[in-house]
Amino acid sequence: MTNQRVLRADREQQVLDRIERARRRRPKLREERITMSHGAGGKATQTLIEAIFLDAFRNPLLEPLEDAARLPIKGNGEAGGGVTVALTTDSFVVSPLFFPGGNIGDLAVNGTVNDLAVAGATPLYLSAGFILEEGFPVADLTAIAASMRAAADAAGVALVTGDTKVVERGKADGCYINTAGVGAVPAGVNLGVAQARPGDKVLVSGPIGDHGVTIMLARGELDIEADVESDTASLAGLVAGLLAAVPGVRALRDATRGGVATILNEIAKAADAGVLVVEDAIPVRPQVRGAAELLGIDPMYVACEGRLVAVVDGAQAEQALAALRAHPLGAQAAIIGEVTAQPVGLVSLKTTFGGTRIVDLLVGDPLPRIC
Amino acid sequence: MRFVDEFRDADKAHALAARIAALCEPGRQYKLMEVCGGHTHTIYKHGLEDYLPESITLVHGPGCPVCVIPMGRVDDAIHLASQPDVIMTSFGDMMRVPGSNGAFFDANARGTTIKMVYSPLDSLKIAKANPDKRVVFMAIGFETTAPSTAMTVLRARAQGVTNFSVFCNHVTIIPAIKAILDSPDLRLDGFIGPGHVSTVIGCRPYEFIARSYGKPVVVAGFEPLDILQSIYMLMLQLHEGRSEVENQYSRVVPWDGNPVALRAIGETMELRPFFEWRGLGFISHSALKMRGAYADFDAELLFDVPGVRVADPKACQCGEVLKGVLKPWECKVFGTACTPETPIGTCMVSPEGACAAYYNYGRLNRQRVPEAISIELSRP
Repeated sequence: MTNQRVLRADREQQVLDRIERARRRRPKLREERITMSHGAGGKATQTLIEAIFLDAFRNPLLEPLEDAARLPIKGNGEAGGGVTVALTTDSFVVSPLFFPGGNIGDLAVNGTVNDLAVAGATPLYLSAGFILEEGFPVADLTAIAASMRAAADAAGVALVTGDTKVVERGKADGCYINTAGVGAVPAGVNLGVAQARPGDKVLVSGPIGDHGVTIMLARGELDIEADVESDTASLAGLVAGLLAAVPGVRALRDATRGGVATILNEIAKAADAGVLVVEDAIPVRPQVRGAAELLGIDPMYVACEGRLVAVVDGAQAEQALAALRAHPLGAQAAIIGEVTAQPVGLVSLKTTFGGTRIVDLLVGDPLPRIC
Repeated sequence: MRFVDEFRDADKAHALAARIAALCEPGRQYKLMEVCGGHTHTIYKHGLEDYLPESITLVHGPGCPVCVIPMGRVDDAIHLASQPDVIMTSFGDMMRVPGSNGAFFDANARGTTIKMVYSPLDSLKIAKANPDKRVVFMAIGFETTAPSTAMTVLRARAQGVTNFSVFCNHVTIIPAIKAILDSPDLRLDGFIGPGHVSTVIGCRPYEFIARSYGKPVVVAGFEPLDILQSIYMLMLQLHEGRSEVENQYSRVVPWDGNPVALRAIGETMELRPFFEWRGLGFISHSALKMRGAYADFDAELLFDVPGVRVADPKACQCGEVLKGVLKPWECKVFGTACTPETPIGTCMVSPEGACAAYYNYGRLNRQRVPEAISIELSRP
């Protein structure tokens, strides 16, 4: 390299360092009103959570911002001991309510069960709150309730309490559901993305992007048809099998809103490390890839509802892969990358084409490009 | 996936890269401009610069339709959308482009209805489904998207739809390239020509670049191997001292363009005397408006459009970036004050914008990324 080039590279590095510092500053919410981006799971959502909710509610149990809070409950009486309980909640506003592979009911149960499961907890009990729009067909509600029961049975949880509200026509979109869940965290299990360290491997439990693409196509606005259905499923069994077989699991996440890319960024940020993934290794169904290619979006950012990302001690990665593949939901699991010491806080991707690029958080929903 | 994977083959890329490197004359620096934002996106998304020798620099040109829309037009559009009973429709990547008081997303939070569509025909559908509303399509883009706007207007007239109109912001590529060629602070060796625009206008309009300015042009496709091959073709021309217009994207681009599409544009639209481009200023005969015969589809005539003119923010150096004078990271506000979350300039908004592409994909010190990691591609 010539001297001039070295100088330029240095100057570029200074800019990059300055940007990295800017990214670490506490986010400020600049908008005066909520926009759709605030609900998309990307940077805007993170900013909203950190600037409003974390700021107002701040406490050590909330601060890790994991999928479920881990609550130490002191033992009472002579038995003593005490247990760790996991608690989580999630609201579901999917449109359309019924889609290939499931409906809002399955989704509401599996979503909360999965948030518990990836915290290492055994999911036990769920609550369900319904916000219904005046005029909503009872037959649809019956079908949704039946799916919730079936999903709960499959996951081994019980729906034990609930709430119903009805709002005037036009004030909601048919049916919204909130579920909350509690689970028991076995002694010695302590998962969290902050525990990822260089040399760990990153795995996904199956093909990514199925749910998000299904929903986009089910809305019927795009005149594209593809043989694809939502992957909504309980991950409880898959996680139990993995944790039983592999002691070196550091963290699990279910890749919902924001997709696998968002999870990888959370890992890099929380662990103060880099994450390097290999595009060729990431399983994506051909029909999902095709639809995403047509729509100009990247499957890495598309939601899944039955897939997890696992960070595992590098030495036990093959063991973890085998454990995932032993379960029907993990049959197409793959090792997709690893945690690296550098570059700190960034996710990079080796492309199929042979180049390297960053995989950053999106601001809001992926926007289709015009040409 | 057929018709995609063939164009992303790493082995072929290595072979092409070697041939490109062999054409570089020692000590000489090459600056090639990819005119089209779609190319910029491909270059960063696939990490294509990893294949290029140090002496070749890619300059990201003005062909990102979202990036060149001035703030005033965004304000005008939001004003239109705020009129009673108006539904505005827009392509997705326009939704986050900032005006002086926020973008379309923010306007929606304040009460407008601006819907994302994939095609102007979807706007027409919305108009027909909502006869009590006035549907305005925010038309943007180069000659690539202008024909679909034109066809939609022709169809609306044929079907007697009266509640549909177009806020026309279509621009034309040739005057922009000419403005760049005439810019004194620029030194380019050749152009990677815009592929999609050329499917409509063909390759002939670029001949003046080769003839009068002596710069080679290769019209290129959008897959990474297309672009690498175009770079090879440009380097070969430079090596042999030629300056010609060549067509790498011949599987899609006819030399004379698409006469049907050109006729549809000519039937419904005419050149404006001048139009403001973000960062480049006013360029004469560089944009289209609806023809008088189609005045009943022209939102600028149907509504009272304020015609806001907003100066670009002082700190913003989009113009220099668009002309290739500055690399994105050399802009004073890049990555700190101006980010994809809080874009100051439009280059940061669209994923096709040079700044957003570099911020999202390229902001990486390659020496810090491990060369290889051991992952067996063990698909079940």
